Amino acid sequence: MTTGQLELSGITKSYGDRRVLDDVSFEVAPGRLTGFVGGNGAGKTTTMRIVLGLLSADGGSVALDGAAVSAEDRRRFGYMPEERGLYPKMKVQEQIVYLARLHGFGKADAEARATALLTELGLGERLNDTIESLSLGNQQRAQIAASLVHDPEVLILDEPFSGLDPLAVDVVAGVLQSAASQGAAILFSSHQLDVVERLCDDLVILADGTIRAAGSRDALRAQHASDRYELISAGDAGWLRTEPGVTVLDFEGGYALFDADGPETAQRVLRAAVDRGDVASFTPAHPSLAQIFKEVIQ
Amino acid sequence: MNASAPAPSTGSATSAVWLVAEREISSKLRSKAFLISTGILLLIALAGILIGGFTSKNPEATTVAVTGETASVVEALPNVKVTEVADRAEAEELLRSEEVEAAVLPGDGPLGYTVVALTDAPSSIVGGLSVSPDVEILQPATTNPLLRYFIAIGFGIVFLMAASTFGGTIAQSVVEEKQTRVVEVLLSAISARTLLAGKVIGNTILAMAQILALAAIATVGLIVTGQNEVLSSLGAPIIWFAVFFLFGFVLLASLFAAAASMVSRQEDIGSTTMPITMLVMAPYILVIVFNDNALVLTIMSYVPFSAPVGMPMRLFVGEAQWWEPLISLVILVASCVAAIAIGAKIYENSLLRMGRKLKLAEALRA
Repeated sequence: MTTGQLELSGITKSYGDRRVLDDVSFEVAPGRLTGFVGGNGAGKTTTMRIVLGLLSADGGSVALDGAAVSAEDRRRFGYMPEERGLYPKMKVQEQIVYLARLHGFGKADAEARATALLTELGLGERLNDTIESLSLGNQQRAQIAASLVHDPEVLILDEPFSGLDPLAVDVVAGVLQSAASQGAAILFSSHQLDVVERLCDDLVILADGTIRAAGSRDALRAQHASDRYELISAGDAGWLRTEPGVTVLDFEGGYALFDADGPETAQRVLRAAVDRGDVASFTPAHPSLAQIFKEVIQ
Repeated sequence: MNASAPAPSTGSATSAVWLVAEREISSKLRSKAFLISTGILLLIALAGILIGGFTSKNPEATTVAVTGETASVVEALPNVKVTEVADRAEAEELLRSEEVEAAVLPGDGPLGYTVVALTDAPSSIVGGLSVSPDVEILQPATTNPLLRYFIAIGFGIVFLMAASTFGGTIAQSVVEEKQTRVVEVLLSAISARTLLAGKVIGNTILAMAQILALAAIATVGLIVTGQNEVLSSLGAPIIWFAVFFLFGFVLLASLFAAAASMVSRQEDIGSTTMPITMLVMAPYILVIVFNDNALVLTIMSYVPFSAPVGMPMRLFVGEAQWWEPLISLVILVASCVAAIAIGAKIYENSLLRMGRKLKLAEALRA
């Protein structure tokens, strides 16, 4: 599979007087899962629709490998819209085969792919059932199959995990990871920040139509890491409260959570703690994605 | 996903059009309601032609009682079943028991015989025995007015049924895709115009198949019942009807699709397609009311929406010159092209706008 980097630069979009996207720029790298988070109405769906050419932007550009995305490129895109939709009365496999053929696959090839993918997604026994007879969770799996069946180079998924039980989340996450390992560039939005945190390699945070943070998950974490530490020691941790440069946030017996005014202070505290007794754990507390999210959208 | 995935043979837009058309056809053919109603329609058409054929061919013979003296009087009358009786008493008995409809008995009148009947005299007998003056008609009616009326209803109803059935199908299919949002997935693979073209072609094929099936049944029915005269005067109009219907339906289908794309719910189809439904109904009503009005028929035969009914009707009654259908067809094809252009624009602009019904002006603006 040829791989391409998807680049959005300076995308703006207004509905009437209301500006919904303002200078939105970010990249979706091949072989990586990019999480796209933002509150309701932040502009995620609008951004995705612009990438797919379903909406036209007022300004800015969408490029694949440095060249503007063409209609031909978009046939190699996969899309799962936020509002799910397949033909209710069409059989599952037939439906997926139809979509694969619309994307340019021959009949036999399309059938083989649809069957394999649906089986991988756990729908192997429901191939000849109509979409409307499936449970919501299974409809969701069929929808994911619809976006993946043509082996897309770029995969745009709007809330792929909403409405799935934890087992189904794992199945879908597995399928997405394998697509990424084949070299697909994947952008997915989700409100389930714990899932995004676990799954994504890169992260884009959107609020009120502007990009608030974008980059690799680990870099973002490091960037937003504070000098917050967690100490678990044998003795009573009450002494910490009198240490200069230390603000204790929580403490109970040998457990303490505190902010230090710098790495040196943290090291000094660790040495002091070891002097006072056995230390079971001393860890910098990484901010969770939820914390970073709250911080950047303010 | 597999590592050795071959690059998809990027199919052309043409093959995508056929895929869409194929799906439209197969999903319609899978609908039991559609198959049953088509079957019933074909049966009704066949039954109508057969019944009409047999009754017109075998009008019941009039039964007449005669005596030996009057037997020669009725000999020349067509379609009469003669029973010879001995005298008046026997004839009256047969009349009262309704075994004969009339009796021709010797009488005192200038003709020398009297027609006797129970309640009223059969017109075929009275007419046959009357002396009529010579009549000369300068402009003979080319067709039987009753036949003309039935043919008018026939063309009108077939046009109405096929156009509204398949126009309705296309409208529903457009809204279904909008309502279920599958349209977003489709449009991420193919263009709106490709989708529209596939839908129009698919439904046109279905509609034409129905028309051709009806035409075939009508032809077979007419041959079986020996109505070769009607067949020979109806053959060319039926072929013209099929040709006009083809373009007329494409025109209507584009408009149906455009109108449907402006709403997002099945419940709104009726109100959005109302003006087009009117256009479909108009030729049916006009041709029934005005099938003997040459001016109205002439106008109808040139207006694109009613030409598929008006022109074949005029051809059937022999009022159209040979070049007239050609000119009308050119007008129809031109309007068809215009309707496709406008319809496609509305369709493209409206397809992804969900929620309330769009106004026409909004749909036409990009």
